[in-house]
Amino acid sequence: MDDKSAGYWSATLGLLTKILIVWFLVSFGAGILFADALNSIHLGGYPLGFWFAHQGSIYIFIALIFFYAKKMGDIDEKFDVHED
Amino acid sequence: MDLQTTTYLVVGASFALYIGIAIWARAGSTSEFYAAGGSVHPVTNGMATAADWMSAASFISMAGLIANMGYGGGLFLMGWTGGYVLLAMLLAPYLRKFGKFTVPQFIADRFYSKSAATVAVVCLLTASTTYIIGQMTGVGVAFSRFLGVSSDTGIYIGQAIVFLYAVFGGMKGITYTQVAQYIVLIAAYLVPAIFISLNLTGNPIPQLGLGSDLSGSDISLLARLDQVVTDLGFGQYTTTTAGSTLNMFVYTMSLMIGTAGLPHVIMRFFTVPSVKDARASAGWALIFIALLYTTAPAVAAMAKYNLHATVNTAVAGKGDLYAEESSLKVEDRPAWMARWEKTGLLKFEDKNGDGRIQYYNDKTKSADAKAKAEAAGWKGNELTVNADIIVLANPEIALLPNWVIALVAAGGLAAALSTAAGLLMAISSAVSHDLVKGVFAPDISEKNELLAGKIAMAVAIVISGYLGLNPPGFAAGTVALAFGIAASSLFPVIMMGIFSKKMNKEGAIAGMLAGLFVTLFYVFAHKGILFIKGTEFVDLIGGPNSFFGITPEAFGAIGALVNFGVAYVVFKMTKAAPDHIQHLVESVRIPRGSKMVDGAH
Repeated sequence: MDDKSAGYWSATLGLLTKILIVWFLVSFGAGILFADALNSIHLGGYPLGFWFAHQGSIYIFIALIFFYAKKMGDIDEKFDVHED
Repeated sequence: MDLQTTTYLVVGASFALYIGIAIWARAGSTSEFYAAGGSVHPVTNGMATAADWMSAASFISMAGLIANMGYGGGLFLMGWTGGYVLLAMLLAPYLRKFGKFTVPQFIADRFYSKSAATVAVVCLLTASTTYIIGQMTGVGVAFSRFLGVSSDTGIYIGQAIVFLYAVFGGMKGITYTQVAQYIVLIAAYLVPAIFISLNLTGNPIPQLGLGSDLSGSDISLLARLDQVVTDLGFGQYTTTTAGSTLNMFVYTMSLMIGTAGLPHVIMRFFTVPSVKDARASAGWALIFIALLYTTAPAVAAMAKYNLHATVNTAVAGKGDLYAEESSLKVEDRPAWMARWEKTGLLKFEDKNGDGRIQYYNDKTKSADAKAKAEAAGWKGNELTVNADIIVLANPEIALLPNWVIALVAAGGLAAALSTAAGLLMAISSAVSHDLVKGVFAPDISEKNELLAGKIAMAVAIVISGYLGLNPPGFAAGTVALAFGIAASSLFPVIMMGIFSKKMNKEGAIAGMLAGLFVTLFYVFAHKGILFIKGTEFVDLIGGPNSFFGITPEAFGAIGALVNFGVAYVVFKMTKAAPDHIQHLVESVRIPRGSKMVDGAH
């Protein structure tokens, strides 16, 4: 594997790791493991942990995918491997 | 116009629309049949993926289960959406770059082995067939209600319609039909939810209504619901978890990685024009899916509130839930209850003979609720409501106009049919393209290949219909089992095929077989061998949920771990993948040079 494609792949993996951390924190973290603790905070009529499990994590997932698509596009351009 | 006529009209009109589109876009060549010629726009594709994705389980069953489970039901919401993040980042762009249109084809080439492809076909067929059983259960519920027949008859009718429908056109017909189905099903889901949210909270947006105060009071909907259900002996709505925190964790994980491993969803990403589009497509799909998924918890909580308010007048007021006059008199019960009693999915029995309906948890652990029920002379819960009817009955419970009820019936059928059709496409291509053409008869003509695919669809429909008569659980629970199977067998090998250059065929085959085997073993122990009632062997594994309290629906994540583990060990003991495969993986990782999906290979 040459330097360029090694650099591209490690940039890709770096981005994936960051996104997966957020993905894990909002769903398994806020929605499940820390839900009880967060429930003492309220968002309108929603207990916060319940909100993450039933609403919040879904909104964040959408944002994550578009953020990923955008950043990957930038990485493609930077390493000049984008589609013609 | 009466309800029955309106329902026939609305459902009939929606069917005419789908069939019209299918005829208009009839598929010609094999590659059009499977992948619509690789020419579908990401937004269109996102909408079709959403229709494909949101099945009877999402539409008909999920909100009902959430209503029953409360907070714990969030595992469906997070699990069935969070998987798209994995799909978008870990699989879709790479499989699109790879440029073939079935999952077994990828596995055959990446693991340079027809045996690996055959094992993948077996995994795919097991997962897809289980999935269709869940759809059939849902179709049965929908047809039974709107034709006024038993749910068994509903399944027979559903089988016939699914068959005609799937054999009619290929993916291209299906892609545009599915856009139409998405519009029907999302309208059918949102319209009643908006009405109900407005009625209860004065806020027309269900996502906000769920977090609002009840109209004319200063208590929030969720807080009042918590009060009512705990007073009646049920678990608190906003905090009751699914079994245990561990079970909820692995259940959610199973659904997420199962989402990313389900072949009929992955196939969707072969039909977009470029790698860039494959990434964004998953995002668009999730937006369209989220419209329903963020509404579902509102539907769940509001339907539960309305159901309690219907049978107990003190729910909406401030009176005593246990006062005699609070319970609904049998002869005053609304027409919708009688209509659903006919299907056998709603049952009422006056156990204490007082001519009123008491709906509460008679197996409660709350001493307070138990004492109150005894003091009031209640002799057991008198109302059983099948979770799968909640969404379909929801507009009736809220006393909405007939056209809304008819629209929901059309939406439920659209959801079940679109997903069944997508799954049957995946089954048909796996059998005809990957198994018959790829392994047994490479010289088969295009015409016979299509024929083999259609025969495979027919067989799958008959089997799943038969098993759907005695389903292993509610529609959403059965579908969750299918996700567990996909999670434990297909997701790990596809991922290893992309993220490890050296993973070899021995590791892949052993991993798939091990993951599939342990998962099926655990599932069949609870649900019967091949889901046939009476063949359960749960005592053999030490009782139900004996593995750390994990339910069979949640076991897929454990199966996936076994898959990864076994694959790694076998890989370490055998030779790494040959050089040309390692180059193949390098080329799959970069977008440049992506081509149109090619039918002939």
